[in-house]
Amino acid sequence: MADDVTTSVAASPATSHPQPATAGRASAARPAVPARGGRRAASSRVRKRLEIAFFVTPALAIFALFVIWPILTAVQLSVYRWKGFGPLVDFVGLRNYVSVLTNEVFTDSLVHNLVIVVMSIVVQLPLGLAIALLLNRKMWGQGLLRTIIFVPYVLAEVIAGVVWFQLLQPQYGVLDTIMAAVGLQGPAQGWLGDPDVALWTVIVVLTWKYLGLAVILFLAGLQGVAEELYEAAQLDGASWWQVQRRITIPLLGPTLRTWAFLSMIGSLQLFDMVWILTGGGPANATTTMATFLINEGTRRQNFGIAGAASVILFVVALVMALAYQHFILRRDTRPDDGGRRAARPRKEATR
Amino acid sequence: MTRTMRGATAVAIGAAVSLLAAACAGQGTGGQGGGDGETTGSGGDATVTWWHNSNTGEGKEYYDQVAADFEADNPGVTVQVEAMQHEDMLTKLQAAFQSGDDAQIPDVYMSRGGGELKAEVEAGLVRDLTDDAADTIEKISAFTGQYSVDDKVYALPYSMGLVGFWYNKDLFEQAGITEVSPNPTIEEFYGYLDTLKSAGITPASVGAGDKWPAAHYWYYNVVRQCSFDTVETAIAEKDYSDPCFVKAGEDLQALLEKEPFNAGFLATPAQSGPTSASGLLATGKVAMELAGHWEPGVAGGLTEDGQVPDFLGWFAYPTFPGQAGDPADQMGGGDAWSVSAGAPDAAVDFAEYLLSDEVQTGFAELDMGLPTNPAATGSVANEVLAQLIPVRDGGGNTQLYLDTRLGQSVGQAMNDAIALVFAGQAGPQDVVGAIESAAEAE
Repeated sequence: MADDVTTSVAASPATSHPQPATAGRASAARPAVPARGGRRAASSRVRKRLEIAFFVTPALAIFALFVIWPILTAVQLSVYRWKGFGPLVDFVGLRNYVSVLTNEVFTDSLVHNLVIVVMSIVVQLPLGLAIALLLNRKMWGQGLLRTIIFVPYVLAEVIAGVVWFQLLQPQYGVLDTIMAAVGLQGPAQGWLGDPDVALWTVIVVLTWKYLGLAVILFLAGLQGVAEELYEAAQLDGASWWQVQRRITIPLLGPTLRTWAFLSMIGSLQLFDMVWILTGGGPANATTTMATFLINEGTRRQNFGIAGAASVILFVVALVMALAYQHFILRRDTRPDDGGRRAARPRKEATR
Repeated sequence: MTRTMRGATAVAIGAAVSLLAAACAGQGTGGQGGGDGETTGSGGDATVTWWHNSNTGEGKEYYDQVAADFEADNPGVTVQVEAMQHEDMLTKLQAAFQSGDDAQIPDVYMSRGGGELKAEVEAGLVRDLTDDAADTIEKISAFTGQYSVDDKVYALPYSMGLVGFWYNKDLFEQAGITEVSPNPTIEEFYGYLDTLKSAGITPASVGAGDKWPAAHYWYYNVVRQCSFDTVETAIAEKDYSDPCFVKAGEDLQALLEKEPFNAGFLATPAQSGPTSASGLLATGKVAMELAGHWEPGVAGGLTEDGQVPDFLGWFAYPTFPGQAGDPADQMGGGDAWSVSAGAPDAAVDFAEYLLSDEVQTGFAELDMGLPTNPAATGSVANEVLAQLIPVRDGGGNTQLYLDTRLGQSVGQAMNDAIALVFAGQAGPQDVVGAIESAAEAE
């Protein structure tokens, strides 16, 4: 690049054509050198676009087939009354949406989803952070402890669910047996059978399942904190707590915010664990929007209602995701002027 | 900030609207034309595809043999047998019907009757067998009522079972109940509950987590409290105002007040695993369970040695004083063979062959179900199962499981409401209300 500039600059006083080497004879006959250069740029641009199209098309086609088309079909179904076979003929407009939004089971599901979103973050954030900070210290058995914490996340959700389901059985379950041995007694209807307790039980299991992800992400984020900062802080006589509070956690910000985003979306779409543990019961105490729509669709064959519920779930998730990105993730995704300015002098200095 | 937000929302809404419009413009054409399927009808060579759910052991072998025998008797006809696991079969059937493609839809398949069959008939997917299979229908006419739509028969029931109480004879004896009536009154039944409880035995298990096992109690109360005709009229007219439906819920509440069920019954599954309702009965943790004719088979799969427990006995659902229903009426359900609209005529012959004396007898001898053909009812090998036949054929009507009878959409709404009654969060009127509003929305 630098060589190009120097040659063209060197050439310009001698000739009116700035690109003597490549322009060739024909270009000398025509004065429109910039246009020619533009055409060449255009053709390479077209070529580049074709290349992009060539490589992106298969992915886009698959995306369209398996993501866009199902979404459109769901939207289409949501304005019909359809039992699962025969043509779509019974157009009902927005009636399915009204019936979903006025259905107490659905609004309760939405509330359950939101409770799970909040509880996941409120419980897992401090707990995960504490464990990550602990595991980040050099200690014996560090690798083993990290693995143990991460194992629940690696387990298939259904397997974990079935195991927990058996552990939580009333009377004969492991948990109740242990409690009975020390003279305690669980809820009479069991941890999953009591409508007042079931949702909290599910949240405990979810915490167990997903804490590992939080810890691993936080640990990864901690590796990104520059060692010099710790050294500098230590030289200044900062205590371990002060270092964590003033240096580690602020610098972990982007990781924390990204994790919270993933956790939020996951909680909104929660299905498998609830389906295995309670199926949404007892007495609809643990339904989520996803279990609601599966129930309506595959069990009751009200595909229109299920379609409307899925569109509402989509919109809720989209709005929350956009809002989160807009208000919270923005400082991570937007080019940070302050950071750039701070970084640039250092680069120049090293040069 | 808010402006960009609003902009983004506007874009999203605009996109959604245009997508919606585009989506509505497409499709809507995938109906089920009168394609002639894969065959030419009678006379020539024909292939009959047959889906069934006896996918293991002797049952599978028997059905393969049945298909081979039919092929031998009908040169030129090929029977393509596809045995699949029950849930898989239901999912595949639904997908095949959704495709509306005759090549995808099996020619002979299992139907559960009721509202499901009605919906299939209304979509033009099922063949009317009234005239084509008149001789067979004549033989099994006691059971075809539940497989008819507008007095036309669309499926041939080959097995019809009953729901009743399976009980643990040993535990009953241990509690001091020596005389167990085969058809107790509700007072006698309550007596069993009290005696069992005072002996420290959990009287019954119920898989209310799966809802339908709990709902069976309400269905049976309906069969007892409402006359058969009342129920038929209510379903036909979508009018459930007869007080007998509320009475059924009140009887259920009275039973629940006795607290006869296993701990955690609201979350207990029906049949999966040793802590399911069936598992608790099979392992001797509870004294009885309300279940269908499948229970010995299920219980056998849940014991340590894999054997059907020999302590199992059976008695009918209790009767109530002053009930409007015929005491001989029972509730149950079964399976039937339907022939799809696009199937060749040979498929009807095959369906009839499956109901023949000879095939039904073999079916009974292997305990694959409770045969409907009177020539085969004496051949049921298992003694406990055989006990159900005289009750079923005792002159009363056999009402289908009401969720099947009403179809998925109303049926599941009803089951959900009944599960809420079990949880103490809904009353008798709520169940009726749920059925009515779901039926209206249909």
